[in-house]
This record gives sequence, C-alpha cells and structure tokens, in this order.
Amino acid sequence: MTAYIMRRLLQLIPVLLGMTLITFSIVHLIPGNPAQTILGETATQESIETLEENMGLNEPYIVQYGIYITDLLQGDLGTSLRTKTDITDEIWPHIAATFELTFFAMIFAIFIGVNAGIISAWKQNSWFDFLAMMFALVGVSMPVFWLALMEQWVFAQELGWLPAYGRENSRDPIAPITHFYVLDSLIHLDFPRALTVLKHLILPSIALGTIPMAIIARMTRSSMLEVMQSDYIRTVRAKGSGQFLVIYKHALKNATIPVLTVIGLQTGVLLGGAILTETIFSWPGIGRYVFEAINYRDYPVIQSGILVIAFLFVMINLIVDILYTYIDPRIKY
Amino acid sequence: MKTEKEEKQEQQPITNPASVDQQVEEDNIEETSPWKDTLKQLRKNRFAIAGFVIILFFIILGVFAPLFTSYSYEEQDLVNRLQPPSSEHWFGTDDVGRDIFARIAYGARVSLQVGFFAVTGALVFGTLLGIIAGYFGRWIDTIISRIFDILLAFPSILLAIAIVAILGASLQNALIAIAIINIPIFGRLVRSKVISLREEEFIMAAKAQGMKSGRIILHHILPNSAAPIIVQATLGFGTAILDAAALGFLGLGAQPPTPEWGAMLAGSRDFIQLAPWTLIVPGISIMLVVLGFNLIGDGLRDALDPKMKN
Repeated sequence: MTAYIMRRLLQLIPVLLGMTLITFSIVHLIPGNPAQTILGETATQESIETLEENMGLNEPYIVQYGIYITDLLQGDLGTSLRTKTDITDEIWPHIAATFELTFFAMIFAIFIGVNAGIISAWKQNSWFDFLAMMFALVGVSMPVFWLALMEQWVFAQELGWLPAYGRENSRDPIAPITHFYVLDSLIHLDFPRALTVLKHLILPSIALGTIPMAIIARMTRSSMLEVMQSDYIRTVRAKGSGQFLVIYKHALKNATIPVLTVIGLQTGVLLGGAILTETIFSWPGIGRYVFEAINYRDYPVIQSGILVIAFLFVMINLIVDILYTYIDPRIKY
Repeated sequence: MKTEKEEKQEQQPITNPASVDQQVEEDNIEETSPWKDTLKQLRKNRFAIAGFVIILFFIILGVFAPLFTSYSYEEQDLVNRLQPPSSEHWFGTDDVGRDIFARIAYGARVSLQVGFFAVTGALVFGTLLGIIAGYFGRWIDTIISRIFDILLAFPSILLAIAIVAILGASLQNALIAIAIINIPIFGRLVRSKVISLREEEFIMAAKAQGMKSGRIILHHILPNSAAPIIVQATLGFGTAILDAAALGFLGLGAQPPTPEWGAMLAGSRDFIQLAPWTLIVPGISIMLVVLGFNLIGDGLRDALDPKMKN
C-alpha cells in the first residue's frame, strides 16, 4: 500500500511540473508586452520598467521559470499586484471558503444522488424512476449560474427565506480561527452564529451540487442495476434477507466503486464550477478570488489561484484512487 | 406533366418481378449495415427523437431568425424597456428595450455556431493527436499522453478561463479555449481505440500487404473508431454550449451587443425582481439546447454500444 502511494506520488511529479509550466506561461503568452497589458494603456514607461523588474520579466524564460519553481517549492506564491500582499498569506481564507462550500455541495449531491439512484434501481421503470431520471437529465443540462440566479430570486428575494449573498452576517463578522466558519462558530460555542452560517450555505451548496447530484444519481442507478443482477445478490435474497438489507448492506458496497470515481471527478468539476457560483453569491472563495484577479489583470494571483485549484483537483483524485483499495480489497496495486 | 418514359420508370419496380427481387436484395444488404442499424435503434428511442426535435427547432429558429421576428437583436427602444411578455414582444423586452425573442432567435445562431466550431476543432486536433499517439506509440505516445494528463489535471472551465485571460475576452477566444479544453477528451478516446485496433488481425494483414501507415489509418483505423467519437462529439456539443454561456456570463466570452444567451443572463441580473422574464427565457433556452444534445448523445451511445443492444 505504501509502495503504491509512493509510486502514485512519483507519477504526479511530471503532471505537477506540466501544470506549473502552463501557469507560468499565462503571463508570457499574453500578446504584446505583458507589463504594458497588466498596467493598461495609460502606464508610463517608468512604471512598466519597474513592473518588469519586479516580476523578473527581463530575464531569459528558463531563468524565470527556474525562479518561479524555486519560489513555489519554498511556498512563495508571489505578490498580488492589487493588494501588494503575499498571495500565500491571503489565499488560505479563500481556499477554506471554497472547501466549506464544496463540502456541503458534495454532501447534498451524494446524499440525494446516491439515494435517488438506489430507489430508481430498486423500483426500476416505476414513476419514481422515470421522474428521478428525467430530473437528473435536466439537472445535467442546467447552467449552474442560471440555477443559482433562479434560487436567489425565489428563495432570497421573493420569499426572503434565505440570505442571497456572502458567508455570514456582514455587520457581525466572525473572529476566524480555521476560516471554516461553521467549525469556527462551533469552536466559539456560538450556535446562533453557526445557524446563520449554515443558512448562508444552503443556496450556493444546492446550486453547486445539482449537476454532481444528477450525475451521481445516474451512475448509482446503472451501477446498482448491474450489481443487483449478480449471483451473490440472488444468494443473499435466497437466504431470506429483506430488500432493504440486500440493497444497503450487500449491493451498495459493490456499486460504490464507479460512483466513487464519479464523486472524485465531480469534486474537481465543483472546484471549477465554484467560480460561477461564488461570483453570483458573492462567496469569498478561491474561484471568486481568481475571477476578480482577471478583472484587475492581477496576473500573479491568476497564476497562483489556478495552480492551487488544479493542485487540489489532482490531490482529490489521488485520494479517491487510494480510497478504492479500502472499499474494495480485491483491487491490488 | 410526366413524360411517358418517366411514368414507365415509376411503374417498372412493380411490373418487373426481377427488379422487385433486386430491390429486396438491396434492402437486405443495407439493413445489415451497422449505421442503418444504429439509425433504426435511434428511431425507436423516444428520448433521442425528442432531442432531435429540440435541436431542429433551434436550428430552424437560428437560421431563419429574420423570418420569425421583425425586431433587430441590437436595436434599443428605451421607451419600452423591461416590458413584460405580450403579443407585441413575445418574451418581453430587456433593460434597454431590445426584443428578447429576437435576441433568443439570433442567439441560437451564436450558441450553435460556438458548439459546432469548438467541437469540430477539438475533434480534428484530438483525433489527429490520438491517432499519432496510439498508432506510433513509444516516445511520441508518452509525450502526447503526458500533455493530455496535464490538460485534464485542470478543471475544464478553469482552464478555459485561464486561456481567455491570456488571449483576451471575446467570443472567438472563448471558442478557441473551449476547443482546447476538449482536445484531450477526444485525444484519449481515440488513442485507446487505436491501441486496441492496432493489434487486430485485419490491421496486421493490411501492414503485411505493404499498405502505408496513412492509408491504414484513413481506411481502417478511423472508420472503426468512429462510434465513440460520434457519441463524444454529440455530448461535447452540449457542454461546449454550456461552457460558452458560462464564459459569456462571466464577461469573458461574447461581448455586447452580441445576443449570446450567457451574456444576456449577466446583463439582466440586476433586474431579476423587476423583470424575471429577462432571465427565465435565456436560461431555459440554454438548458433546452444542452438537453437536446444530451438526449441525442445518450441515444447514440445506446444504439452504438453493442452491449446495450437486444
């Protein structure tokens, strides 16, 4: 097992290097003079030269790349052009915000998706199956940002049930410890605040989780249908086990592998999709951080933000791969 | 008026028994072709038919937009801004008084074109790279496969955003970005298909006959890898349209006054309580088109996948 993890980590090295090459290229592929583009049309020659000096744009590419990699290895993600702060210092709260949102979106997607898929497979060709699969099909085809806007309109603006923007009551900000606000509120033993934070999480989590939910439901259904036809399930049934036990204890375990793959892949999709959801709900996550950087042409932030998201994506997929061996001991590496 | 000769020709299949037999034989031969089979399967799939109808509807709406509406998609009419749907303006008007139905109809052109060009671009380059990697193997395969791995290591919309951030925000650049993020998806698919085909006996036979690589690829490998490519292209059409709308919504795709559905949503965001129709209609349009392609794609996969047959 340890050998397998080591091997997977070694295999990651070329992919990670390739990723840094792409994020490094972001600045250098800008048509024309990057410093001019970053500073805008009205920039003076002097400020352009200073920026080139600061960003090391005058060095040969290979030297620049070397410096970039060395900095990254030392945990230095560069300095934001807009806020003039170290990106390493200011990025964590954004990552935590996105993680919190992604976590709740995934909980929603897995809970509803897996159960809807199971019931659909259990009651194959029933009206529930038909409705659930129609809903899943529509869910896959739905633009996330549109769903987010509709939720905001109906549940926040028209009905006033839930807050439309942000992570918390902006007039009463939390004293962050971990930057996971639900956790922080619980650490402070401030339960009303935890409730407020949870209320802020509902709409964006549902918006972000809908597509993964639809995909997980379809995957669970087809994978359950396949498992339910196998011999061992017939044996379990022959022993007289009830339908519920057959499904949740015996079938689900073997149907989990493909579902887990989808969950791993979808978490990556969530990290990307978070840019849209976060923009709409003013959620101060990493997606919105990158998006705002694009508007301000803050290229160091664009570079590092994208690299961090891609890194998280790769890591999540690695963890999912390792989880396989725990769930299915037949898989040996 | 039909000439005597034409009439004779029309009657011939019925009056001439030999020709009837020939016709039956031809039908039988055609029935066994895998593509005919697929078409037959598709015709039986009600969901796929629904998908076709939806897409056909939007193609007709886009192509013949000027016939359906007399309004222009960019002409502003500030007196009639944010009008609710009426017989005058079927889907109402937006914040500068433009007719939403006209913008949806012309927008169908934009979305379908983006889908078409992005998928075609990704398909051509992806297939080419996939074939080179799979057929020639060794170091070429290693390099191309690693590039695919790296591109797939980024969440796709994020990579598209990065590419647009480099090239600048425009519909054309959004299209290029969407094509690029789809290249590794086609590439991997084709590569794995080519690798499994490479060892087949008929390819060995072609090689033994002295057939050149180019000809083997064109005449044997490509036709035999077509099925998964077609399915992926159909499903990819939907995601390309979704991605383009997302980029348009973020202001990184189509620029005003282009009637792109995603950009329309972004422009109407602030008027959601005042004029919800400005958001409902473009959103449903995007969803329907994507749903249409997904339905066709699912149907094609079922029809082309031998495991699903019977």
